[in-house]
Amino acid sequence: MSLANADSPLRPSMAGVGGRVRALALRMSVLVGLLVAWQLITSLVDDPVSWPTFTEVVGRFWEKWVTDPDAWTRSLLPSLARLLAGWTGAVVIGVVLGTAIGLSTRVRDFVDPIIQFLRSIPPPALLPLFIVLLGIGDEMKVTMILFGVVWPILLNTTDGVASVDSLHRETARVYRIPFGVELRHILLPSAAPKIFAGLRVSLSIAVILMVISEMVATVNGVGFELVQAQRSFRSLDVWATIVLLGIIGSVLNAILAAVEGRVLAWQGRATRALM
Amino acid sequence: MTVASGRRGLLDSRPARGLIGAAGLFAVLELATRAELVNPTYLPPASTILVTSARILADPDFLANVGGTLLAWAVGMAAAMAIAIPLGLVLGSSRRSYLAAITAIELLRPIPSVALIPLVILLLGRGLDMKVSLIVYASVWPILFNTIYGMREVDPVARDTARAFGLRRAAILWRISLPAASPFIYTGIRISAAIALILAISSELIAGGGPGIGTWMIANSETGVPRELLYAGIVVTGLIGLGINAILIAGERRLFGWHQRVRGST
Repeated sequence: MSLANADSPLRPSMAGVGGRVRALALRMSVLVGLLVAWQLITSLVDDPVSWPTFTEVVGRFWEKWVTDPDAWTRSLLPSLARLLAGWTGAVVIGVVLGTAIGLSTRVRDFVDPIIQFLRSIPPPALLPLFIVLLGIGDEMKVTMILFGVVWPILLNTTDGVASVDSLHRETARVYRIPFGVELRHILLPSAAPKIFAGLRVSLSIAVILMVISEMVATVNGVGFELVQAQRSFRSLDVWATIVLLGIIGSVLNAILAAVEGRVLAWQGRATRALM
Repeated sequence: MTVASGRRGLLDSRPARGLIGAAGLFAVLELATRAELVNPTYLPPASTILVTSARILADPDFLANVGGTLLAWAVGMAAAMAIAIPLGLVLGSSRRSYLAAITAIELLRPIPSVALIPLVILLLGRGLDMKVSLIVYASVWPILFNTIYGMREVDPVARDTARAFGLRRAAILWRISLPAASPFIYTGIRISAAIALILAISSELIAGGGPGIGTWMIANSETGVPRELLYAGIVVTGLIGLGINAILIAGERRLFGWHQRVRGST
């Protein structure tokens, strides 16, 4: 995150084992406080239908999403497959088109208004249309995810490629370096930090679109489970599924951050965008 | 198009090129549908969509739905700012409070906002409250993180100088830190404005619940309704998104033109 510099928390006075424990206690304090408050208040309210306790939610999550072997094949894997299909498609299209557009000011001028308009459409607004055009199958959901997440990738790639040091490009031209080599060794590495910023934003949008497309129209998937639970007033299942989606979001972010760390390791501390 | 391409001077300006690009796409879509390369029941001609867009913009029923969405958007944004800015100021100015809260925040933030829709329906029903709470949940994060980030960028010399001149903590916050952080806070608000619109429409699509663009779209996606209505609705929604962003960017230039961050942002 942009706040990574805050993650070197130990002041000199806090160093040492005791300091480490104190630092950890500090870091967990609000979280533990919130969870205790949740547990206490819900036990007092005693309305397990609307307000289950924290332990009940954890228990249900374990039962529904960890120990039930069917849950993975029935819901989790189809959802993740759609998510990855749509996102990967958007990465390929976004990076290729973004590079092409970023290379020429002229092309950028011609297509800019179109892109600005398309990316201003809130992606869920396209859902009814995509259902009408493509039905309620996987095709619709993958298209929905792809269309919704391609813009941050495309715009960031364009921006990254357009702001490559012109001296580098001119040097490549003087030495008659073939375009393929220039692309691989000059353009993409220079643009990589911005591309990754786009990938991070797009990944969280992809999770949102996966859920919403499965909620509106489907027969399986995590979003479907969620909406089924709501329709039959199984609020504990709703809570448990929200926990699962939080975990999916965190894990996907962590994987991408690890990849980013590796790819951009040569840059020292990666330039990270806000958000 | 032909006129413009004949003159070099016109082609060199950015707006002219943008206009040509848009007109070109329009022409391609129009010709493809008129020549029936695409099934016109799926994709109506671009001109039909454009005319329909103008027509629904004059339709009081549609405008009431737009109003419903924008009302939820405005209330949600106001509430998100009221929560995120003070919290960000606290977390940004005190390292201990930041460290204390960050684990909880990092666990809450990855929860995809739309996943909360079923829960909020169960707890709050399907009215304006539901829409607003979802908007608030999703819009709080960018504002919060940008506020914290902005507080970190406050020039320590300016702060120390103020302290040396005997300003109190509250006065330093109000007169030094807040103005210095405000361009960052504004960026957060601009990011959140787009997210809030997405959440407003998503919750309307899933939960219905009063007038709104999403509710209108569901009603117009039934069989028998001419397809161009759905396309026109999308065009208008895109224009609303574009309009909100344009207004906020213009505001940003006006308010924070002095700040170097603003000049580079898109």
